[in-house]
Amino acid sequence: MFRLERRARTRRALAVTAALAVGAVCAFVVSMMLGSYVLGPGEVLRSVLGLSSDPADDFVVRELRLPRAATAVLVGLALGAAGSVFQRVLRNPLAAPDIIGISAGASTATVAGLVLFGAGGLGLSVAGLAGALATAAAVYLLAWRGGIADYRFVLVGVGVAVLLESVTGYLVSRAEISDARAAMTWLVGSVGMAGGGEIAGLAAGCAVVIPVLMALSRRLGVLELGAEGARGLGLRPQAETAVQLGCAVVLVALATAAAGPIAFVALMAGPIAGRLLGPAGDRVLASALVGSIIVQAADLVAQHVLPYPISTGIVTGLVGAPYIAWLLIRTDRQGVGA
Amino acid sequence: MAAVATRPRRSNTRIAGGLILSALALLAVCAASILLGSRTINLAALAQTDLTVILDMRVPRTVLGLLAGAALAVSGTLLQGVARNPLADPGIMGINAGAAVAVVTGILVLGRQATGASVWLAFLGAGAAIAAVYTTASFGREGATPVKLALAGVVVTAVCSSVTSAIVLADADALEELRVWQVGALAGRYWPVVLQVGPYVLVGLVAAMFLARPLNLLALGDALAISLGQHVRRNRTITFVVVAVLCGAATAACGPIAFLGLMVPHLVRLVTGPDYRWILAYSFVLGPLVLLLCDIVGRLVSAPGELQVGVVLGVVGAPVFITIVRLRRGVEL
Repeated sequence: MFRLERRARTRRALAVTAALAVGAVCAFVVSMMLGSYVLGPGEVLRSVLGLSSDPADDFVVRELRLPRAATAVLVGLALGAAGSVFQRVLRNPLAAPDIIGISAGASTATVAGLVLFGAGGLGLSVAGLAGALATAAAVYLLAWRGGIADYRFVLVGVGVAVLLESVTGYLVSRAEISDARAAMTWLVGSVGMAGGGEIAGLAAGCAVVIPVLMALSRRLGVLELGAEGARGLGLRPQAETAVQLGCAVVLVALATAAAGPIAFVALMAGPIAGRLLGPAGDRVLASALVGSIIVQAADLVAQHVLPYPISTGIVTGLVGAPYIAWLLIRTDRQGVGA
Repeated sequence: MAAVATRPRRSNTRIAGGLILSALALLAVCAASILLGSRTINLAALAQTDLTVILDMRVPRTVLGLLAGAALAVSGTLLQGVARNPLADPGIMGINAGAAVAVVTGILVLGRQATGASVWLAFLGAGAAIAAVYTTASFGREGATPVKLALAGVVVTAVCSSVTSAIVLADADALEELRVWQVGALAGRYWPVVLQVGPYVLVGLVAAMFLARPLNLLALGDALAISLGQHVRRNRTITFVVVAVLCGAATAACGPIAFLGLMVPHLVRLVTGPDYRWILAYSFVLGPLVLLLCDIVGRLVSAPGELQVGVVLGVVGAPVFITIVRLRRGVEL
């Protein structure tokens, strides 16, 4: 009986993961087909794979659309994976990087670079990266008290986030109006801003860190039992927590450096993946795929639905909210996707 | 609960004494707030300009500090009590974001001239945000549980800030207005603003005094509160209305001031323990005390310019808050 049930669950998880992967690839192709010059899926695929003979198509796809589409995929993968790790390690559906100060750290550092030092391009990305990593380290150290307790970590993170947001607001209020505009644009987040360097960095980060997190995710299930339970099963929960959170922070930092703090993706992907997947399967991979679908879909809407393009982050905020609201209406006392 | 039982018993006289001391400190801070600033006032040699400064600028500023401080601290206490959630705060619950989106929309629709209306718009937006958060969280089987409330707050914040960003990036006037308003401040708000929001704050504060007992019972959990004869749903709704009034009025007048609503109740609980009658009484006094102190610090630190009180509270409040979080074993309500 048990074995049959288990096998059914595993089958379902595999099917869901495969479907998500197909969805992500489809979104990737579609996002490169659309635009003022519409292409067919065949032309897009040929051009991406380097088989196309038409230089005009090649230019449109490889130069104009591929960077944006690739950024969307990668940012979504990174945020989705990182968000699910945060939520599961800290056992709190609110513990997304948006809430516990990591995005805020990246934002403050970037706005400071923009307003105080007039930095641009790669300099801003480096500032954002440094800000995210420094904030995560600060939150971890400040929350450390002979160990990391879930709730303390989240609360300290919230405190740090509020501090950083008020500093950001102050910087924006003091800035020249043009700088303030640039800062606001970055603070919303858009996948269309990334340069080649950021995309390469993000791609490398995803390629290395997401498999590591997937390998660690078996233990993530054990960590969800709580520190005592995990210790009882022979893990060192503190070290485990630190490693996994560290990996997740790197992903968030790279994604934020490339596209700004795109709201809500990290918060949403985990619960959605959990719900689709059921109890079996690889939650990290599924969350990453869900994240990538969310970001791509949001960017499609941002680019093509309104008469003028808007930032991706505006759409993820608007689109994500009703979904979480729907989840909230359907769930019980335990909250989301638990 | 076990942690509470093992602590030494606090005597009521001591807590009351502390309250009186805090009230005296508040008086001193009010005096300092009237006398100190980029133009320090010497009571022995009072010039005509000094009087103008005092009556038209310092006094309304101090009164606004009293009103906003009490309103934010009390509404933070009410929110944490009713949501049984230590993360509950006007910021987390989407109230600041709701006010901001209303201000920006107003500028977009009415144009830049209608600055006077932005107070009322912020008031409306804050109320609408709380209503949205509470309604979203109330759907479904269990009603407005703590986790759902907090998540609904995040949802509403995200929607509001998305709309705000969309407008601000398309409309330069709105950006100019928002970036000044979005750093909470007591400066530059004179008598008209104080008189506009004052009545709402006073009504809200009076109403809050009657909520201490229901909050104490809610703290026992919904099931126990119901079995003790409480109308849990009704009391929750009333509390949220009061919070909307207080928080909306304060945010409308000063802009989003972070941390006060989150910090003061945590600070107060260290002294009073879990009884909401004392927590509320202390919040009345400590809210304005902390807000005015931070305002004075902001005036003195970067004289002759000013550091807005919202920034000072962020910088001062974060370490205090983190210390509290670290000191307490389990931050559970």
